[in-house]
Amino acid sequence: MKHRHLLGLKDYPAADIKTIIDTAFSFKEVLERPIKKVPSLNGKTIVNLFFENSTRTRISFELAQKRLSADTVNFSASTSSLKKGETFKDTAQNLEAMKIDAVVMRHPTPGAALHLTKHIDAIIINAGDGTHEHPTQAILDMTSLHEKFGYLEGLKIAIIGDISHSRVALSNIYGLKTMGAEVTLCGPATLIPPFIEDLGVSVNYNVDEVIEWADALNVLRIQRERMRGGLLPSIREYRNLFGITTERLSKHKKELVIMHPGPMNRGVEIDSAVADSDQAIILNQVLNGVASRMAILYLLLGGKFEEGKD
Amino acid sequence: MNFSKLKKQVILKGGKILDPLANTIKKGDILIQEGKIKAIGKVKSNKSVQTIDCKNLIVTHGFCDLHAHFREPGREDKETLESGSMAALAGGFTRVCVMPNTNPPIDSPEVIRYIVDRSDECPVYIHPIGAITKGQEGKELTEMGAMLAEGAVAFSDDGLPVTDSAMMRNALDYGTMFDIPIINHAEDLCLKQDGVMHEGIVSTNLGLLSSPDLTESNMVHRDLSLTNLTGGRLHVPHVSSAKSLDHIRFSKKNNDKITAEVTPHHLFFTDNDLQGFDTNLKVAPPIRTIADQKALVKAVKDCTLDCIATDHAPHTIEEKEGTFDLAPFGMIGLESCFGAVNKVLVKENDMDQLSLIQMLTTKPRAIMGFNNKLFDIGVNAELTIIDPKEEWVFSRKDIQSRSHNSPFIGQNMYGRIKYTINKGHISVI
Repeated sequence: MKHRHLLGLKDYPAADIKTIIDTAFSFKEVLERPIKKVPSLNGKTIVNLFFENSTRTRISFELAQKRLSADTVNFSASTSSLKKGETFKDTAQNLEAMKIDAVVMRHPTPGAALHLTKHIDAIIINAGDGTHEHPTQAILDMTSLHEKFGYLEGLKIAIIGDISHSRVALSNIYGLKTMGAEVTLCGPATLIPPFIEDLGVSVNYNVDEVIEWADALNVLRIQRERMRGGLLPSIREYRNLFGITTERLSKHKKELVIMHPGPMNRGVEIDSAVADSDQAIILNQVLNGVASRMAILYLLLGGKFEEGKD
Repeated sequence: MNFSKLKKQVILKGGKILDPLANTIKKGDILIQEGKIKAIGKVKSNKSVQTIDCKNLIVTHGFCDLHAHFREPGREDKETLESGSMAALAGGFTRVCVMPNTNPPIDSPEVIRYIVDRSDECPVYIHPIGAITKGQEGKELTEMGAMLAEGAVAFSDDGLPVTDSAMMRNALDYGTMFDIPIINHAEDLCLKQDGVMHEGIVSTNLGLLSSPDLTESNMVHRDLSLTNLTGGRLHVPHVSSAKSLDHIRFSKKNNDKITAEVTPHHLFFTDNDLQGFDTNLKVAPPIRTIADQKALVKAVKDCTLDCIATDHAPHTIEEKEGTFDLAPFGMIGLESCFGAVNKVLVKENDMDQLSLIQMLTTKPRAIMGFNNKLFDIGVNAELTIIDPKEEWVFSRKDIQSRSHNSPFIGQNMYGRIKYTINKGHISVI
């Protein structure tokens, strides 16, 4: 592995992404066994440092750590205690003083994971830094796509919904482009970031055209509070223009894989019937999340780094 | 930096005397007696006279900064008038205008008086810029007449834009009675929202909230139009975008009451430098694209921009060590100014040395109506001595400010201040 930390997928080497995905498949086999635990990280201590609420990402990491026999500690800080900048540094240095091996961090601010690397020596895994990156989610998404299709290069992936506020979208864009997939973004113009096409992706506001083009749809969560910011007129309008509804999909006679990073707003960005249909791999994503995170932890905490790198 | 009293007689020997007012560069000596210019030309030295060898150095007017934050009163943990003065001297500045966003704000004749009295004790000439509105709240005009009588030199709600167009019009109108510059920090806060950097591919890369260049240029355009309407004087601070420059260039054709400044950091950095989330590069207005940076250099050369101003804005290490969203806007800039602008403008963009020094001396002084005849016999020596070609790396030990929030640390500089002479003292840098 080239990098010591996993902060984001921007400029992350394709070979390392491939290694993680391959390793994730091996761990997925472990997860199918009656005894789902391996001793790989026995004696390693990992802190799950969550400055922002998260249920599924934290549980997924925790399970991955337990399956690898690591010792884990969970630390949840409310965002209100974060208002003083020093809290972050103090928290980090306190952790460091307790001799830990790695930190998995979720934080509301872009750049927080990189910031943490400046304060402590432990290996840092970014579990989401604000609207910046969520690399482990993108890796589990790619693992799921690879599992479904057998390859990533040339796949046509549409990411649908609120791109501006999505760390999932940005990490997916970086990862998928590195792995040779094509990416089209689809969502309200107010929720598409400026200059995003410079990252080598397409933008198309016509969801029917996008469905016709795509091999898989990655449907993102729409947050109701975006309406208050003047970014969305109503949920009804959103569903009419971008909703992945049974009705809309039935117009397109084609095979299509449906993904969602969760948590879903059933009836908003995606219909229940679609989410529960055979073409949805949403629950596979959840299991692959554990396997992918096992792979990442195993490779970063147990693996060797190339000399002189990062 | 070594700061000490000037000896009774001092000779600056064999320097290149760059007179930004007369537009000349001549080799010669300067005799300073009891803090005043006594003779210029060929001066005989004797044993009792302190001689400073100025061979290969430029001797010129002390620099004048129209835009600094010395945080006093209220945030003396960040900077005081004394510590700010030392930072100024380290950067070759002998005269500094301080912004009113203190606590309490400089919005009354009493606070102006306080700054003027306090600055008497400081080794740099400090001029307060008064607030345009009481409490910088944008609602009621301050007592500009009384504040001017106490020593205010201009008015600004700096840090906070005058959002209400009627209020800005009133300020410009009212200011015409005194012919003083009105300085408005131009950022449309509605468009800015919670933006912490320039909107572009880099902000998209970083996932940071951002605001487009129009955030600045729309308000600059409004202010220029109001200046034409009222006949007032407008000084546009820290211009950062190409679009603002277009508006300023156009308006200046028919209105000589418009001036504008640029900071070293907007000339030196681009938004690409924010890739590492360095909070020291979080400033308002934000560091913009390479195209904007090039436009600023061009505007310096074609005189759309009149002067360099540092926007020296000290913040504590605790504040700047936080995460990007929580860190305050601003960086210090006095100490690193010359090495940065001389590198960008003279070394990399072929500007002539004299024109650059005018942007640090005569041009800012003219905007504020300060005395520009600094080489006249009998005036208080207010001089800066520069090695224009020294290559060096800016480091923490070069900082005299109480705060260290500088992204210039570690950057290569070109040209260095060697001595600053002011108020009967000499700083050896």
